[in-house]
Amino acid sequence: MTLSRGLRRLLLAITTLALVFVYTPLALVVLNSFNANKSFAWPPQQLTLRWWKAAAQSEGARAALLVSVEVALQATAISLLLGTMAAMALQRQRFFGRNSVSLLILLPIALPGIVTGIALNNVFRTVFGLELGFLTIVVAHATFCIVTVFNNVQARLRRLGGSLEEASMDLGAGSFTTFRLVTFPLLRSALLAGGLLAFALSFDEIIVTTFTAGAREETLPLWIFNNLFRPNQAPVVNVVAAVLIVASIVPIWLAQRLSGSSNEGLTGAR
Amino acid sequence: MAVSGLLHRRPGLRVGLLLTPPMLWLGVAYLGALAALFVTAFWGQNSFTGDVERTWTLDNFRNLFTIDVYRTITVRTLGIAVLVTLLDALIAFPVALFMAKVASPRAQRLLLVAVVMPLWASYLVKAYAWRGMLGTGGLVSWVAAPFGLDTPGYGLTAVIITLAYLWLPYMILPIFAGLERLPGSLLEASADLGARSTTTLRRVVLPVVFPAIVAGSLFTFSLTLGDYIAVRIVGGANQMLGNVVYDNVGAANNLPFAAAVATIPVVVMVIYLTAVRRTGALENL
Repeated sequence: MTLSRGLRRLLLAITTLALVFVYTPLALVVLNSFNANKSFAWPPQQLTLRWWKAAAQSEGARAALLVSVEVALQATAISLLLGTMAAMALQRQRFFGRNSVSLLILLPIALPGIVTGIALNNVFRTVFGLELGFLTIVVAHATFCIVTVFNNVQARLRRLGGSLEEASMDLGAGSFTTFRLVTFPLLRSALLAGGLLAFALSFDEIIVTTFTAGAREETLPLWIFNNLFRPNQAPVVNVVAAVLIVASIVPIWLAQRLSGSSNEGLTGAR
Repeated sequence: MAVSGLLHRRPGLRVGLLLTPPMLWLGVAYLGALAALFVTAFWGQNSFTGDVERTWTLDNFRNLFTIDVYRTITVRTLGIAVLVTLLDALIAFPVALFMAKVASPRAQRLLLVAVVMPLWASYLVKAYAWRGMLGTGGLVSWVAAPFGLDTPGYGLTAVIITLAYLWLPYMILPIFAGLERLPGSLLEASADLGARSTTTLRRVVLPVVFPAIVAGSLFTFSLTLGDYIAVRIVGGANQMLGNVVYDNVGAANNLPFAAAVATIPVVVMVIYLTAVRRTGALENL
């Protein structure tokens, strides 16, 4: 080992502290969902399942969850299609403006969400004359989800190289047959991982959503935000939050299983 | 079959067909939206009806630069973004270094999951968790009390802590990826040549991971510039640029002014992106 013992111990200590820093607030939310006291003062004096029952019966939360899932599914489908096409175009050929194209794909997440939100809000209402609603949320979400699919597919294509496709072509298969029988099966797990990330990104998005949602549609983050400052709803919000924390283990586990390699699929970041 | 053969012989056509749908979407819907936003920033608002007036004016920008409140908010937002980025880089570097170069392969996998998991837990849930932590009678004040300290309460300190918390994984992951690509033999070579650990860190590790740190900073910086929710949850009465944009789209209904304010983070990010292009950070995303 090239790093000195002292340094390695220091790194371990910092990492441990960082993980405590990361997980304490999350653990607290889960614990507070059982806290009988509405003010969530620390330490909790009494535990209860009351809020979980209340949350299970909350119409608002259930409706919002449904909207969120529908939006995320549609945005994911669009970004899977467009992200894969862009990645395949960029991977195989060098052409003029290639860097600008990848920058353009990156831009919706590189620029602050508020800019994306207000720009789309403005263009939907004033240029296209659309009423804000379900459709506009989906379009907005798909726009910034393209990059996660694009990143995953591109990483996979880069690792694969083009020789298998060339072999398929040499054996007489056309472009479509090669895609169907060779490229697509090789991409499948990268597509699933990218799609999972896109789904999570859309499911969690609040800033862009505030600007592109109409008065009637409420996604789960919007519901949480709207109920956050209502004292009577705070315990129910806490339960929903706890459920979301626990549920986030599922996609992580899936992405891990799908991607094989530890890095790809999990990251892809925003 | 004929089409298929044609696509194979004409790679340019293939690229064109593949690129057209995504470019139409992003080019028209997104770049078009950005362009329209800039145009709107130069429009005015009728002070009686509140309607947007499509006449060219520089009033929005004049107000933005001359009214003290907006200058203060801009400086505050940029300051918070710089601090959050520095804090995240300071925490993320040792964590990523431990993950990449000290931990066993099994521990590395577990740590990676541990770092990524919070990314999937909702943004609002995490910001909200800090509201509970930092409130009076919350966990922070309980932990700090024996040391004679108190919670910072809701304010700018709380905003910086919360945002640094929220974006930390976005900094750890690129640095980890950068360090993973750094061959161990390079570290050994440095040690063989007599360098101490700290020298190796400064002269071998840091230069190699610098683009990765910049890549991470792109996220922490941009996400902070546009945030208006964390500051509403834990920031007390303070405002950031995002709040000004939000209030002008919603309550004040002054879209042109909101558009002018939104150009600030765009200009900052464009300058930042252009500056870091040369470091190779964009390939590290």
